[in-house]
Amino acid sequence: MHLDRDTVDRIAHLARLQLAEAEAEGYARHLSDILDFVAQLDDADTAGTEPLAHPLEVTQRLRDDVVTEPDQRARFQAQAPAVEDGLYLVPKVLD
Amino acid sequence: MQIATATLAELGAALRRREVSSEELTRAYLERIERLDPGLNCFVTVDAEGALAQARAADARLAAGDAGPLTGIPIAHKDIFCTDGLRTTCGSKMLANFVAPYDATAVAQLKQAGSVLLGKTNMDEFAMGSSNETSHFGPVRNPWDPARVPGGSSGGSAAAVAAGLAAATTGTDTGGSIRQPAALCGITGLKPTYGRVSRYGMIAFASSLDQGGPLARSAEDAALLLAAMAGFDPRDSTSVDAPVPDYAATLGDDLRGLRIGLPREYFGDGVDAGVAAAVAAALDELRRLGAETVELSLPNSHLSVPAYYVIAPAECSANLARFDGVRYGHRCADPVDLEDLYKRSRSEGFGAEVKRRIMIGTYALSAGYYDAYYLKAQRVRRLIRDDFSQAFARVDVIAGPTAPTPAFGLGEKADDPITMYLSDIFTIAANLAGLPGLSVPAGFVGGLPVGLQLIGDHFAEARLLNVAHRYQQVTDWHRQVPPGCV
Repeated sequence: MHLDRDTVDRIAHLARLQLAEAEAEGYARHLSDILDFVAQLDDADTAGTEPLAHPLEVTQRLRDDVVTEPDQRARFQAQAPAVEDGLYLVPKVLD
Repeated sequence: MQIATATLAELGAALRRREVSSEELTRAYLERIERLDPGLNCFVTVDAEGALAQARAADARLAAGDAGPLTGIPIAHKDIFCTDGLRTTCGSKMLANFVAPYDATAVAQLKQAGSVLLGKTNMDEFAMGSSNETSHFGPVRNPWDPARVPGGSSGGSAAAVAAGLAAATTGTDTGGSIRQPAALCGITGLKPTYGRVSRYGMIAFASSLDQGGPLARSAEDAALLLAAMAGFDPRDSTSVDAPVPDYAATLGDDLRGLRIGLPREYFGDGVDAGVAAAVAAALDELRRLGAETVELSLPNSHLSVPAYYVIAPAECSANLARFDGVRYGHRCADPVDLEDLYKRSRSEGFGAEVKRRIMIGTYALSAGYYDAYYLKAQRVRRLIRDDFSQAFARVDVIAGPTAPTPAFGLGEKADDPITMYLSDIFTIAANLAGLPGLSVPAGFVGGLPVGLQLIGDHFAEARLLNVAHRYQQVTDWHRQVPPGCV
């Protein structure tokens, strides 16, 4: 399989990545190699075999819907690249 | 006491006899880090001040007679475990300045046990790599030959133990990231059963595969660490609520009657001749201890690496979506709009291997491909798990080489992802099946360590530690120290 440039750009966009012009060809080649490699899975007979999502086949536990975390907003926001008045700042979304 | 060769059990005994204080021990490790780490690059962050404060607190506990096996022992955490107030980078530019506001559960447990935290160890970026070369903070060098890799992704943790820069360390293993570097650095590393050690505060790579565990000089040391790390944690949604056995109590159990399965798929072409010879000699040793070996087949073994390279990237692409330049982590300069903020922050913050895996996972999960890739890989995952279930009906443990070759050269596989991925050919299946696996030093080839891998049934950690401990009682491979690190 050879992923063309358009497909690589589409995947990058879905993943919210931006590839530099110079690196796009390298990604196309490596991603194509990896997809060729995993294509070995096609040879496995999995008819009637259910997908396995969790190795021990346990399901997620549920807990009571109660507040367990204390308010640490100031601590968390100390990590943020841009905050103001307790709000996270992003570029303008609506005009 | 010779720190470079001392086991955690010996150090603990010396501390409790008050022959040495934790502060003296901590200073000795800090001195070794200062002297040896510039050439090895095991540490991303060293916290000398914090470590000495914890050591003095441990000395007070020791003086009061309130000490456990780990009280006062200097350790280091892989830089994937969040540490409250101490930077956690995950080996990435994305988190180069991230200081977590809480401790991972494993960190809190080892702190509670009185251990002293020397610092955080280097790793492949977001644990994606088998050589430690994808770290934003530069590669770690193998203490046995600085021109070679230590393995990965827990390369800094493995090399630090091998070089005597910490008494023991923690790591995480998604496809072999504890066992493969343990093998390449000549130490003992254990990946527990999926769900045995809490994932809370362990930065996520592939959530159905990730598992934390110990890297140490001996199986006895690994047992002491696992005893502190294992257990149910309500804050990890897939933590398993099962009692934690007394791992130390069964270390010395007799191996007579033990049935060891030897999958023919682990002993074929592609295994370095020196590695094969060392593993064969280790199996002879286990037979002398009374174990019986049984040939068997794990017929879907060849599909484990392909299945992994769909499932792990798929989970990684979802987990790493959280890095958006908004709440924490790297943010690009002067974003023009929201999409530009996301795209440039992520592209600048992640390295090439992380981007490759995010893109593979995104592709495998995208409309029209989900069934062909993701569901197909999960079906194969069940076939692989079923192979092991059938094998464990006949044998107690499965043995083979941990890695197909000893440590390879820095840069040797850097531009060839597939060849790099195949370094984990013998370790990945245990993650897919959720099984515990342990690598134990089993000799040398050309001056480089070789690891014997033992895989057990779910929750059979005590058995693996027992087999490794009995082997270490009759061998001294785990006592060897790299020439430059005495």
